[in-house]
Amino acid sequence: MKGKRIMSVILITIMVGLTIYYTLYGSQGWYDPASGDELLIRTWEHIKLVGIAEFLAITVGISAGLLITRPGLKFLASPVTGIANVGLAIPPLALVAGVSPFFGIGFRPGIIALFIYSLLPVLRNATVGIEDIDQSIIESAKGMGMSRLQIFRKIELPLALPVIVSGIRYSTILCVGTAAIAALINAGGLGEIIMRGQSGNFGSLMLQGALLTAGLAVTLDWLLSEAEEKLTPEGLKLGKEIE
Amino acid sequence: MIKLENVSKIYPDGTEAVRDISLQIQEGELCVLLGPSGCGKTTTMKMINRLIPITEGKIYIDGTDNQELDENELRRDIGYAIQEIGLFPHMTVAENIATVPHLKGWTKKEARNRADELLELMGMDPAEHMDKYPVELSGGQRQRVGVARSLGANPPIMLMDEPFGAIDPITRDSLQDEFLKIQAEIQKTIVFVTHDINEAIKMGTKIALLKDGELIQYSPPAELLAQPKNQFVRDFVGADRTLKSMRLMRARDAMKSSPKTVSVDSDIGEVREEMESSDVDYLIVTDDSGRFQGWIRAADLDGESVDSMEEVLSRDVGSVGRETALSDALSVMLEEDVANIPVLGNDNVLEGILTFNDLQQVIGETYTEEGGGRQVTG
Ligand SMILES: Nc1ncnc2c1ncn2[C@@H]1O[C@H](COP(=O)(O)OP(=O)(O)OP(=O)(O)O)[C@@H](O)[C@H]1O
Ligand SMILES: [Mg+2]
Repeated sequence: MKGKRIMSVILITIMVGLTIYYTLYGSQGWYDPASGDELLIRTWEHIKLVGIAEFLAITVGISAGLLITRPGLKFLASPVTGIANVGLAIPPLALVAGVSPFFGIGFRPGIIALFIYSLLPVLRNATVGIEDIDQSIIESAKGMGMSRLQIFRKIELPLALPVIVSGIRYSTILCVGTAAIAALINAGGLGEIIMRGQSGNFGSLMLQGALLTAGLAVTLDWLLSEAEEKLTPEGLKLGKEIE
Repeated sequence: MIKLENVSKIYPDGTEAVRDISLQIQEGELCVLLGPSGCGKTTTMKMINRLIPITEGKIYIDGTDNQELDENELRRDIGYAIQEIGLFPHMTVAENIATVPHLKGWTKKEARNRADELLELMGMDPAEHMDKYPVELSGGQRQRVGVARSLGANPPIMLMDEPFGAIDPITRDSLQDEFLKIQAEIQKTIVFVTHDINEAIKMGTKIALLKDGELIQYSPPAELLAQPKNQFVRDFVGADRTLKSMRLMRARDAMKSSPKTVSVDSDIGEVREEMESSDVDYLIVTDDSGRFQGWIRAADLDGESVDSMEEVLSRDVGSVGRETALSDALSVMLEEDVANIPVLGNDNVLEGILTFNDLQQVIGETYTEEGGGRQVTG
């Protein structure tokens, strides 16, 4: 964990440092790099895209993912995780492009595309996190007289939590990358800068956008792995060390 | 007391797992459900705490139909231990053991004290193990904690599905011994599932032998061995059932009590006379309080003049306890190469003598009976 922390900080520093360098000294002839103000605005847009899509994905994904592990709906669990896994094989570019004929272009269609894509890992991990719990654990809980709700709250949820959070982490990183592509349908965000640079064949612009996108992804990954670590029950962590 | 009345189970897929089983388990008894894989042991057991619904028939617990109780309340009053143990990996040993006490609303302190007490009972140092997590324990320790957990709220009834199944034979053996000791103290009414005939014989007050969901024979272990009801039972208990019943019988069952003895203080003349008059070639020597001191053999008295007890007394000889299994007594005899062995009680007080003839007689009885069985069935 400590190694990851140090690596993240180094990476983020390099990325932000390089971005500042290109912002200050990246001019080529009459091409100017994006200004600091624009970078801030685009970064904020990017964060909004990811934030809103991820919020929706987490809310819907966890609720639905947990719901289909309940006794009456269990039959849905394996088809749904199957669909989620297949869905994740669709390239983000195809998804983003596929959304716009139905929902048009702009910020909202962008959110829709991102939501669909980020939903899948969250949903899958919530379901798998519960389903993968050793049945003998549930069986003994039941045999000792815990109610369904008690089993869910005291056993299933804490044991599935690390898997759920790791789904959120995976989904968030995916979302940061996909959000850059969402500029294709005018959703805003750092992708706009990358694409402007690309159409003008202007390296500094592309690098500014790319470095900030990567920096954002690394930052979120780091924060969420800290959360994952915090939320993993002590007894499970020890298990991993021993294995 | 647990009473099964014409209980049957047909699973939704049509499998008839249990067919019309009736049996009664008295308070303080350990009833072993025994039989080959798939014969319905687990199904029968799980209908008692309603983890599996009954298709037909009734199960009474202390006279109350178990369907009339709240299922969670019912389960909290029945200890439950399974082969896979199912310890909660995110909870400490103490928290695991406190599961049912916690559900029953005990205070934290009460529950922790109970965990302490149970670890002690299971032979695990509480201070060392209370706050460990299951991953930090060995297989045998986990199994102990599993049993401790099932005893959590001191339930009068326990269901145990192959509770010692997942550990090596040596650890299993010692866990069985320890559990028997504990059971002698706590006197629970226990349903104990196993497919291991030796475990069944060792643990059971009574054994219910099942086959294809049917109850074939329900008897105490000795009776199951001595009077198998049919060929299936005979095959299941195995051809070595003589040896098995020797494991079941104790030295006190086969020994002759009050054998001829002489006092360690008597003089050699008296000993000679005593031997001649009672026409034996050995005598057991005891002290004033009846404690075993050794043997004197007639052969040692012959020939050269012997004038003190010390010269002819063989002190360093094997002995067995009252509760020693006959099979173990036999090994001691073979090891020591003797045909007689003293049976000693507390403080080495002589209780009787076990002779090779006594053992042969016991073996003979079962063999005659077995021979008869073979003839009938070819
Ligand atoms: N949920 C189920 N649905 C359908 N059939 C089942 C179910 N559970 C068990 N069975 C069947 O019922 C029969 C009895 O099963 P049970 O688990 O009671 O056997 P067992 O005696 O405990 O065997 P083992 O020693 O292997 O544990 C078996 O034929 C088994 O395949
Ligand atoms: Mg079974």
